[in-house]
Amino acid sequence: MEIFNHNSNINFLGMRKFSIGLAVLLMLASIVLIATRGLDYGLDFTGGVSAEVAYTQPVAIGDVREALAKAGMEHAVVQSLGGTREVSIRLQPTQAMMDDGGKVNLDKVSDVIGKALHASRADASIKSRSSVSSQVGDELRSDGVIAAIFVIVGIGLYLWIRFERRFAIAALATEVHDVLLTLGILVLMKREFDLTVLASVLAVIGYSINDKVVVFDRIRELFRLARKAEPVDVLNRSINTTLSRTIITSLFTGITMAALYFIGGPVVHGFAVTMLIGIVVGTLSSIFVASPILLWLGVSKKDLMPQTKENPELARRP
Amino acid sequence: MSDFPRWKYALVAIVLVVGIIYALPNVFMPVPAVQVTANRNGVVDQALEQKVIAALKQQNVAYSNIEIAKDHVLASFANGDVQKSASDAIKAALGDDYTVAFNLKSTVPSWLTSIGARSMPLGLDLQGGVHFLMEVDQNDVIDKQETRYADDIRSMLREKNIRYDSVARNSVRGQGVSIILRSAEDRTAAGNAIAQEYPDLATQDGASTGDRYVLNALLRPNKIRELSLNAVRQNLGTLRNRINALGVSEPIIQQQGDSRIIVELAGVQDTAEAKKLIGAVATLEYRGGYGQPQQAIEAARTGNIPPDARLYKGRQGEPYLLSKKVIVTGDELADAASGVDQQSGRPKVDVTLSAAGAKKMLDYTSANVGKPMGVVYVERVFETKLVDGKEVRTPKITEEVISYATVQGVFGKNFQTTGLASTKEASELALLLKGGSLAAPIDIVEERVIGPSLGQDNISKGLNAVLIGLGLVLLAAAIYYKLFGLVADVALFFNLVLLVAVMSAVGVTLTMPGIAGIVLTLGMAIDANVLICERVREELRNGSSPHASIRAGYDKAWATILDANVTHLIAALALTTMGSGPIKGFGVTLLIGILTSMFTSVTVTHAITAAIHHGRKLKTLSV
Repeated sequence: MEIFNHNSNINFLGMRKFSIGLAVLLMLASIVLIATRGLDYGLDFTGGVSAEVAYTQPVAIGDVREALAKAGMEHAVVQSLGGTREVSIRLQPTQAMMDDGGKVNLDKVSDVIGKALHASRADASIKSRSSVSSQVGDELRSDGVIAAIFVIVGIGLYLWIRFERRFAIAALATEVHDVLLTLGILVLMKREFDLTVLASVLAVIGYSINDKVVVFDRIRELFRLARKAEPVDVLNRSINTTLSRTIITSLFTGITMAALYFIGGPVVHGFAVTMLIGIVVGTLSSIFVASPILLWLGVSKKDLMPQTKENPELARRP
Repeated sequence: MSDFPRWKYALVAIVLVVGIIYALPNVFMPVPAVQVTANRNGVVDQALEQKVIAALKQQNVAYSNIEIAKDHVLASFANGDVQKSASDAIKAALGDDYTVAFNLKSTVPSWLTSIGARSMPLGLDLQGGVHFLMEVDQNDVIDKQETRYADDIRSMLREKNIRYDSVARNSVRGQGVSIILRSAEDRTAAGNAIAQEYPDLATQDGASTGDRYVLNALLRPNKIRELSLNAVRQNLGTLRNRINALGVSEPIIQQQGDSRIIVELAGVQDTAEAKKLIGAVATLEYRGGYGQPQQAIEAARTGNIPPDARLYKGRQGEPYLLSKKVIVTGDELADAASGVDQQSGRPKVDVTLSAAGAKKMLDYTSANVGKPMGVVYVERVFETKLVDGKEVRTPKITEEVISYATVQGVFGKNFQTTGLASTKEASELALLLKGGSLAAPIDIVEERVIGPSLGQDNISKGLNAVLIGLGLVLLAAAIYYKLFGLVADVALFFNLVLLVAVMSAVGVTLTMPGIAGIVLTLGMAIDANVLICERVREELRNGSSPHASIRAGYDKAWATILDANVTHLIAALALTTMGSGPIKGFGVTLLIGILTSMFTSVTVTHAITAAIHHGRKLKTLSV
């Protein structure tokens, strides 16, 4: 069975002005979105308040969540505390929970949560409440920056050694594009950004670099094989010949992430959604964005021939 | 003639068999259990086992198994509810001499554990438990250090005959010690002496008015940092000791950053109990003995205690009279180790004191040879109660004499305590001395409880996601690539087995993000096979013979697979090294998954493909 025409000869490079223009536009839009509206950071990043609530009669987690949502606390994390009569609630402090100085007032926290829960169930009583500090400390944030630099330098270096400078640049440029777009869509969807989503965004980098390298590999191969290689032709042929692989792999990975989304439960929702977005964005940029950048950087047959053959001086030596 | 050498077949077979064996333990689910560990006075023996059985029978709690291990009794139960009531019943029957804690009993057969095969420990999100984020009180570290330096400087100045008006901590924390001297010469002398004796202090001349010459001694910033790091490290050790005493399986006690500690106790639900234990502030005091032993017994009986003495109880409840004046406290203790005395062959504990502590000890012992000295273990536990809706913290202080011995000679920095009943007691004392005191108080800044039902729910959802994701990819691959797809399916399945085997062998804690990582890896592992299959198709289209197509397919795809995976590996490596918590769990899974998938999707599929097509005349390939 084959879904894709193996003789496809779509002129992807022909639409490069349009595709790159669109990519730049979307990137700018993402930056504006992230800058103005900002990521909806979860409790992992912001900290917040938590409360333990006891009920005299068994209570369903969903009802508690609903009661809180009705009072304007949508992103509350509600968990059962062992039994069916006690729940723990974690949420971002709302304006009503703050002092005049903008500090969290624990008594007000009790009031606000208590009121919200009493509206639906009279038997709720707040057992304790406390401030929660963010899980992502400053150290972790700086570690993150170091890791990001490590990834960029590491991948760039590898591609530079194995391929050529231009490939490293093109890969990293599309990488930035993919991450920005993924984050932009997350902001647009008002998805909460927590640690699992962060992990997912980092995994998107891995996935999308993988995707690009396959196309790059074919480009290098075709350049070396072809006697007279016009860059545009080689790039177009590379994208076309790897097209079915690019899409099939995305489909297969997408299938598993969809399974995770629908079956894995709310804990991994954010992860699966982010990954799905990343797969789509990464696949499209592998096809439409990466190669035009290579072309503009001036990739040519000469740069990709194996080094040893280029130096007759060395070859002649015994 | 085969493309595929025989040794590679053997390699594939061996790896697969080993993989299956090491993945196997995960099939055996651990059962809920209650662990009974002896405190200092308790003994673990048959009688204890009988007591536990009696307690369970009395409360009509059904148990599935009870066994005595090296230092504890482990009783297992059918489910979490029974476990809870069993724990209550046992606690009520045994009293304070034993620690009763929740645990999980592994059901992995012994032949598997004997070759080191074990199941993956489950993270908090998968089995429930409590999570604490604690912060070491940095202010207290600075307070203590500044107070100590003030004392040390005072005695040093006295020793060197430098006349001073006062030596006191600056009222502002972190501003060091301010010393007021009577002349500029004295100030210079004091400054030089401090610079020589205490390189960690930076001196600075302050304002001088008339006959008041102020000298400020400040802690150097890197010393403060070092102190707080040490405090965190010592607290980590202390917490580890205390939690081990709790008997929780697979506790996670981690340093996070410069001043924070994460503690995760899987399977524990009672935060109050856990908090009581880990939040306790314990310290040691060396005090001079007072009077004769009979006097202590007399004092305990009559209640008439001499004014400069205090009455203490020992471990067996025996009375001791000790001086009110403390010689050395626990935070002046640098190290403690248990061992055996070469001469007498009896157990001993070697103690090393800090420089300041050593001096005090030297002073005391030179004046008191032949007199007794006692070691008091002081524990302060904060109990939090809700009174009128407000949290009230009341300290509960336990004091106990853990050692009482005669001073044999003059000693300072290093000395040994003998007269201990057994090597076990010696090692326990060393542990207590070393780990008994928290270097600085710990504040619990965050606390979370994850219910076991939620954990169960997460496990079943995660498992379903893995199985259904795997099933769908297997189906899609088989439909799209026919026979080659089926071969890829076999490899994909083995990839899951190998991934689980490596994760178990390495001891990766399985968490929900880890499961997400497994699912993602399954989706991406098929990529190598897609590359190979597409290549084989291309070769066939270009008119190559089937055998040549297979060979070329594998050869050409390999370079691509390598490049793509190495870049991916770099990303996964970064996730693993930077990460803590969910990111790390996910990164490790991805890292292992990439490595195993490279093996299964290239080498394993090649072996199967070679075996299927070997020696057959082929007109076409099913791809």
